[in-house]
Amino acid sequence: MTTSIKKLPDIEQVLSGNGACGGCPATMALRIVGKALGSNAIMLLTPSCSVASMGMTPKLGYNWPGINICFATAGSSASGITHAVEILKEKGRLQGELPTVFSWVGDGGTYDIGFQALSAAAERNDNMIHFCYNNEAYSNTGVQRSGATPRGTFTTTTPTGKRQPKKNMALLMLEHNIPYVATATVAYPGDLYDKVVKAKNIPGMKYIEILAPCYLGWQFDMPETVQLSRMAVKSGAWLLWEAENGKISFNNPSSLIISGKKGADPVDEYVMKQGRFNRLLKGPDAESRIAEIQGDIDREIAFMRERAKITI
Amino acid sequence: MKAAQVIMATGANAAALAVKSARVDVVPGYPITPQTSIMEAMAAMVENGEMNARFIPVEGEHSAMAAAVAASAAGARVFTATSANGLLYMHEVLHMASGGRLPVVMVNVNRGIFAPWTLWADHQDSFAQRDTGWIQYHCSSNQEVFNTILQAFRVAEQTNIPVMVNFDGFAISHCLMPLTLPPQEDIDRFLPPHEPEWRLDPANPSSFSNVTMAAEYAQFRQMLSDDIIASIPLVKQAAQEYKDITGMWDGDTIDTYRLEDAEVVAFAVNSMAAELKLSIDILREQGIKAGLLRPRLYLPFPAEDIISALPQNAQVMVLDRNYNYGHPGGILASELKSVLFGRRNDITVKNRVMGIGGIDLTRRFMAAEIRAMMDE
Ligand SMILES: Cc1ncc(C[n+]2csc(CCOP(=O)(O)OP(=O)(O)O)c2C)c(N)n1
Ligand code: SF4
Ligand SMILES: [Mg+2]
Repeated sequence: MTTSIKKLPDIEQVLSGNGACGGCPATMALRIVGKALGSNAIMLLTPSCSVASMGMTPKLGYNWPGINICFATAGSSASGITHAVEILKEKGRLQGELPTVFSWVGDGGTYDIGFQALSAAAERNDNMIHFCYNNEAYSNTGVQRSGATPRGTFTTTTPTGKRQPKKNMALLMLEHNIPYVATATVAYPGDLYDKVVKAKNIPGMKYIEILAPCYLGWQFDMPETVQLSRMAVKSGAWLLWEAENGKISFNNPSSLIISGKKGADPVDEYVMKQGRFNRLLKGPDAESRIAEIQGDIDREIAFMRERAKITI
Repeated sequence: MKAAQVIMATGANAAALAVKSARVDVVPGYPITPQTSIMEAMAAMVENGEMNARFIPVEGEHSAMAAAVAASAAGARVFTATSANGLLYMHEVLHMASGGRLPVVMVNVNRGIFAPWTLWADHQDSFAQRDTGWIQYHCSSNQEVFNTILQAFRVAEQTNIPVMVNFDGFAISHCLMPLTLPPQEDIDRFLPPHEPEWRLDPANPSSFSNVTMAAEYAQFRQMLSDDIIASIPLVKQAAQEYKDITGMWDGDTIDTYRLEDAEVVAFAVNSMAAELKLSIDILREQGIKAGLLRPRLYLPFPAEDIISALPQNAQVMVLDRNYNYGHPGGILASELKSVLFGRRNDITVKNRVMGIGGIDLTRRFMAAEIRAMMDE
């Protein structure tokens, strides 16, 4: 059973008064992650909205020791910290329980510039949790495309719409043979919480990706973050799944879509609610563009359904 | 008391043995010729239990320095090594190490830079990192490599400034020379365990390298600049105390040879400076009062020690194994001129670039070059 939102612990690791936008999905997600991780953790951040909004030196708006690192280095920096705390503990120079080492990184720092170092850390199976809060663009620098930006999306570097589909980063991480991979999103906080608790107790590399609808980049009304997150899941544009030791299972409501018990909502409503899509859907080619977006989603659902059957 | 042990070792081995005796905790590493054998030795020593440390086989040098910086911020004593393009690939993270005031120690085995490819030594790689805020030593023998790495850890941890220890590819890294290993208890006396004032600690949740306002940022920069200059007495103290404990001496900020009465002074770093001692002997036999001044410290550039060591009216022949693009000649010459200007108007500075991409620099060749420069 998924933990109910009412049962989440009271502990708050995201302190009040940070500089994020109202309704920021990244901050919302981090708040839930904090409830699962507790305070005995070391946080790494790459340049992103979560850094820009975390407050000024020497403190930070998150109640962990936090280190800002070079953009490409989440994987390698977290490896350095995790090995350091382990050997210092072995040598008796660090007392108490080992802290959880986790990176809090955007899709830019995960899919693109940080891909190489993250892949290497995964291959080494170094002990860490890599969180990717995925707002499907480089929001901090003013909304440019990333490898997580879906086809048909307006960004400031794809002004006529991105022509390539996004990559399936969570699946790529799974193919590194790491012990735990999960996807989540802010509309399902209990699901996210449970996945983080699970990851925290598994040694080795864990990857959790959280879809984070960002009103600024996606162009919807600020109070509708959670609604957009839910629509993404219900339309199948975002699938909730986890994989322990390589075995994929889907979580509700994505499991219903995968099993065919319940069809995915057509993507139209989800797309038309967002300026990043609908501003490009005013011309005569609107229908074929929507069909293309729908095609990418359908293909991904079909592919993940088949991929999950491979359990060797 | 145990006696020192003498073995035969390459420069690369000397470096690995120094890292082991420094009781380093974390070694991220990535291979590149001619540094590779250091990383191989480190991996082997960690795997076979000779060294109680973690070796992280990262996927590139940018990651090697990132892992080093992060492990250091977590409170570990950290070492890594690289060469040439590997060093350039680290460039962004070198600034994070110095700006973050993290006492990482790194060996750079000097090698010419791509393009076009070369495998052999020159000094473009380390000098190109001049403005990254690292302290830089340059060494001219295998023994000095060993000794300097231990001194580097002490200086780094006293100043919270990262230190780069440079030496030439092949001429040092791959050549066997006798190496004196002081007893471990002497080394432990010289280099106490690393106890950082600050580290990433969940009991004290503060930020590291977070956003600053302009006035604060400027203050961080000013402090780094001041502290790099203020490291000079600590470099000297480390060399002196190392000598008191082990009996070994390679110079402190500078090393000199037959300098006191010299009229012609050769000025160079690394292995060519060791060879230059023989060139000085040749020139002396020819009746030329020649001497050598070798800056052991390239950064901070030891201005005061150079100014006070140079004999009156000397002609200084700077032999640069690098280019100072946009200027005729090399980088050491312009560094030297900038410290002499207005302070030692009696000194003449002449400059030649040589030995690029590993071209052999023999004692006779360099003696002949110096003679020719005298007639310029
Ligand atoms: C090496 C380097 N290149 C570029 C940048 C500029 N930069 C800062 S944040 C950012 C985008 C971050 O995107 P993402 O990781 O998705 O986080 P988000 O801003 O969306 O939260 C970029 C390109 C940088 N800081 N460092
Ligand atoms: S731009 Fe988007 S991701 Fe960034 S702080 Fe605002 S809502 Fe959050
Ligand atoms: Mg993003």
